[in-house]
Amino acid sequence: MKKLSFLLFFLLCSTIVLAQSNQSVEMADELRSSGKIYVVIATICIIFTGLAIYLFSIDRRLKKIEKGN
Amino acid sequence: MKFIYQTWWKVIAVILVFSTLITGLLFPVPALPILHETIRNLYFHVPMWMGMLTVFVVSVFYSIKYLRTGKEEYDLAAVECVNTGLLFYSLGLVTGMMWAKFTWGEFWSGDPKQNSAAIAFLLYCAYLVLRNSIDEEQKRAKISAIYNIFAFPIMIVLIFILPRMTDSLHPGSGGNPAFGRYDLDNGMKIAFYPAMLGWSFIALWIATIRFRIRLIENKKNAIN
Repeated sequence: MKKLSFLLFFLLCSTIVLAQSNQSVEMADELRSSGKIYVVIATICIIFTGLAIYLFSIDRRLKKIEKGN
Repeated sequence: MKFIYQTWWKVIAVILVFSTLITGLLFPVPALPILHETIRNLYFHVPMWMGMLTVFVVSVFYSIKYLRTGKEEYDLAAVECVNTGLLFYSLGLVTGMMWAKFTWGEFWSGDPKQNSAAIAFLLYCAYLVLRNSIDEEQKRAKISAIYNIFAFPIMIVLIFILPRMTDSLHPGSGGNPAFGRYDLDNGMKIAFYPAMLGWSFIALWIATIRFRIRLIENKKNAIN
């Protein structure tokens, strides 16, 4: 009986923990469901691509100068 | 040092970071209170520190090499690595402050992590001040190399060890869960590890570009 009540108690504990984790945490679900997160991703990707191309071009120019020296 | 003139690793770095821009923003993350979507900062804020750490390690490596050989270019490599590291340091600090505003309530709340990061920042600024205050080239190179070797472990202790031993609000400190808990049971690794690797190589890339410019400048100054 004691064991059983312990078991019940622990089970209850776990349900309390579960209930707490089920409290909704606000995430950017709306942005995701309306598909507009892709706009953000596209923006960031364009910026990063631009920066990467810029870095590569600096690299190339440097190579030319190094050859000239 | 043929490695720094090659292109393949730069392409890989760009691809890695590019992939994390997509996976980092789209892949599911655990819904945690307070953090909410800012948990995705793990893919962008933390890699800044990784990039900083990479170039600082390289800088220490070249400082040691300079002390062993006395070759001037090793000294130049060490300085340019620190310069690049400080750029990533600033980016890490600013993104961290930005995040703190929305999770802790204030840009700067005097958290141990923030304070010791600021101290370590000054430590590296002092390195540059020290360098610029010595006119004689060999003396400057030698003293700053020694300073750099000592500054590095102090920076590690200040940023990565001390805040973890006290009560810090920062994830991964003082009983707060680090990324280890978030990513082990979730798919966060998929975006996190490529981000760490990619940004480290981008930091290294910028450092090599600075170093190559410095070499040309140095050559020009020697002729005149």
